[in-house]
Amino acid sequence: MTEVVQERPRAKSLSRSPRVKSKGLPKPVLGLIGVLVFLALWELMPVLGIVKAKYLPPASEVLTALVADLGMTAFWVAVGETMTAWALGLAIAVVLGLVLGLVIGMSPFLRRFTNSTIEFLRPIPSVALIPLAVLLFGMKIESSLLLIVYACFWQVLIQVLYGVADVDNVAMQTARSYGFSYWQRVRDVVFPTMLPYLMTGIRLAASVALILAITAELLIGSPGLGNEITLAQSGGAIAGMYALILATGFLGVGINGVTRVVEKRVLSWHPSIRGEVTP
Amino acid sequence: MQSNNPTSHAGGRTLPEGEALLSVRNLKKVYRTDAGDIEAVRNLTFDLGRGELVCLVGPSGSGKTTLLKCIAGLLGSTEGEVRLDGEVITGPPKKMAVVFQEYGRSLFPWLRVAENVELPLKNAGVPKAERKVLVEQALEAVGLAHVPKSYPWQLSGGMQQRVAIARAVAYQPEVLLMDEPFAAVDAQTRADLEDLIRSVWKKLGVTVLFVTHDIDESIYLGERVIILSSSPTVVQEDIVIDLPAERDQLETRSLPRFTELRHHVYAEIQKAKQGHRPEEAITMVVK
Amino acid sequence: MKTLKSLGYLLTLPLILLAWWWIATSGAANFFVPTPAKLAETFIDTWMGEKLLTDVLPSVIRLVVGVLAAIVLGIGLGLAVGLNRTMRAVTEPVFEFFRALPPPVLVPVLMLLVGINDGMKIAVIISGCIWPVLLNTIEAVRSIDPVQNETSRSYGISGLSRIRYQVLPSATPTIMAGVRQCLSIGLILMVISEMFASSSGLGFTIVQFQRSFAVPEMWSGIVVLGLIGVALSFIFQWCERRVLRWYHGLKEVENAV
Repeated sequence: MTEVVQERPRAKSLSRSPRVKSKGLPKPVLGLIGVLVFLALWELMPVLGIVKAKYLPPASEVLTALVADLGMTAFWVAVGETMTAWALGLAIAVVLGLVLGLVIGMSPFLRRFTNSTIEFLRPIPSVALIPLAVLLFGMKIESSLLLIVYACFWQVLIQVLYGVADVDNVAMQTARSYGFSYWQRVRDVVFPTMLPYLMTGIRLAASVALILAITAELLIGSPGLGNEITLAQSGGAIAGMYALILATGFLGVGINGVTRVVEKRVLSWHPSIRGEVTP
Repeated sequence: MQSNNPTSHAGGRTLPEGEALLSVRNLKKVYRTDAGDIEAVRNLTFDLGRGELVCLVGPSGSGKTTLLKCIAGLLGSTEGEVRLDGEVITGPPKKMAVVFQEYGRSLFPWLRVAENVELPLKNAGVPKAERKVLVEQALEAVGLAHVPKSYPWQLSGGMQQRVAIARAVAYQPEVLLMDEPFAAVDAQTRADLEDLIRSVWKKLGVTVLFVTHDIDESIYLGERVIILSSSPTVVQEDIVIDLPAERDQLETRSLPRFTELRHHVYAEIQKAKQGHRPEEAITMVVK
Repeated sequence: MKTLKSLGYLLTLPLILLAWWWIATSGAANFFVPTPAKLAETFIDTWMGEKLLTDVLPSVIRLVVGVLAAIVLGIGLGLAVGLNRTMRAVTEPVFEFFRALPPPVLVPVLMLLVGINDGMKIAVIISGCIWPVLLNTIEAVRSIDPVQNETSRSYGISGLSRIRYQVLPSATPTIMAGVRQCLSIGLILMVISEMFASSSGLGFTIVQFQRSFAVPEMWSGIVVLGLIGVALSFIFQWCERRVLRWYHGLKEVENAV
């Protein structure tokens, strides 16, 4: 979810004066030290009685439980269920957001006409729809999808709208004067300009989708990792619960990593990898 | 009749003990990088007397900016020292102000023009009433009294650099260091700014060290020009600019003497580019 | 005339949607969706009374306290870590993990560690909202323009005054982007923590309505959450415009070139 939104160009003057050798340990080693310190603190807290081991088992116990999980089919089934809801919801939201964003963005009339409605609907938290989802779909995957699609749709839509608004007027007029059709203008002028914004929208939506997939599973009980967490908690398997929570974190790290790589790949040809906009 | 060759020193001119405001002695700067050591400045020695206006000129990549940052106390030297009023510089001294080339990044975009000029004074604890006077005077001096409430990014490049100069002037430094301040402005604005520097220098009696890669600019502005060799840098020559004190963009630049000096400096820089190094500096390194 | 036209743009689509909703629901009684009139009536009956004080206000106060604490802690910690290269390298993998951890999983954890009370709900909001602010602050401080740093140094602006006059203002645009995310996560966590384990609050009340099939009441609760979301968004935009006026102006000038 957390994204650094303004990416500024890197310090230019570094290239003027030679790059100075960094002192001390290399970065990966320092990072590893950080992780080890974190795990050590976690290990010590219950041992020293700062928190009860019943509520926060030591790191070693949780990691052992996580490793045990990795060998179990049930765990992977739950991961699969979470990821299915994530992928489906994200895909629907991206298609909807992209199509509507293009249609609305390309018409100045529609942009003004829909602006107030979008600005009003967008800040509505998707978790407000939880009771509705329960009422309509119960504990099925559709509940997760409703929440995911609602939340992600706005992320994509807004970025696409920004992207279309960024299209160079001169380029657009040129295309029109050469008799490009609507579809050709979309394909050859609007889409390339908008692509970096779309990728940003997808990257933001990808992490939002995971949050809502887990939320739906925790609260509504649709199948997946979140539901397993609730079950582990109510069953008193506290180390197991923490292990599952760690698993959702790693899932998030994985999603962030993959979307960032995909974004870089897709935009590698792009002349200007743009800074992101604050919607 | 003047001799064709300017009064010059091979190596930097030094002054007797106690007379120099700023003295650079055997300054050496080596960057330690992952790819090995890079010697940017080999051995520099020169003095600035109180109230002088000196230009440092050298081929591109001759370590001009490195040298200026060492003098400003922004970079530590590897060997040798810089003294201001007899005191060795270890960090940015209070009596110095720097005008950077990148005016757009050196002015703070969240502060208005007057606030930018005021900030160093506010930080130094100058009382409010006094600050107000200093800011007004400084903006007046650079011809920007009419835009105190604008943001710097609303102004043209030349005007932004004027704000940076006003900020330096208001700080009331003894030494004003300028790092290729006009490299990024257009030619017309540049001429105006050069005259501005001359007039500020005369009015305030501040000591100015002006770094540039532009030979004409160095001669037009300076009372003295220090020519640097190519990297690793030593002083190639230190010449006196014996042009009239009143300078004018058209008249001064069309004086025969201006042309002579220009030829001389140009020839020296060409020599420097080809790797020629004055004997004295080299023997000092060997020692 | 001009204001009339913009008013038209502002209201036409919402009115069309409202009319469509009204026509769609007014025919046969629909169990899942109440008519606009019924919803408005329920909204007033349900929320414009005691519930405003007993359920809405406490939720909103917890949200505001949690979010403000997260912002202050995030900026403070972000400055401390961001200004130190070693600290940045040491904390990066751990922070990267917490940034990726979906915040709702913190609810069961904090229920265990803190217990079920107001403190837990605020702790959930803080521990979920702090990451965008913290990480954006670190990133903003890391990427500060070196020329700005040299300017500060050469004018003797150091220590706390440097943070106040240079570091914080230059980091504000990035920090504000983090605060925006912090707000939306905060609202989600406020609702979730109340739905999960609570006997009062907005989230709890809405779930109660849903469980007792009080559909119009449930919808009215959704409207309340929506209104809070919209209100937060407007407050944020208002603050952002004031704090970042210089930044938006600068961007406009840069984009015009």
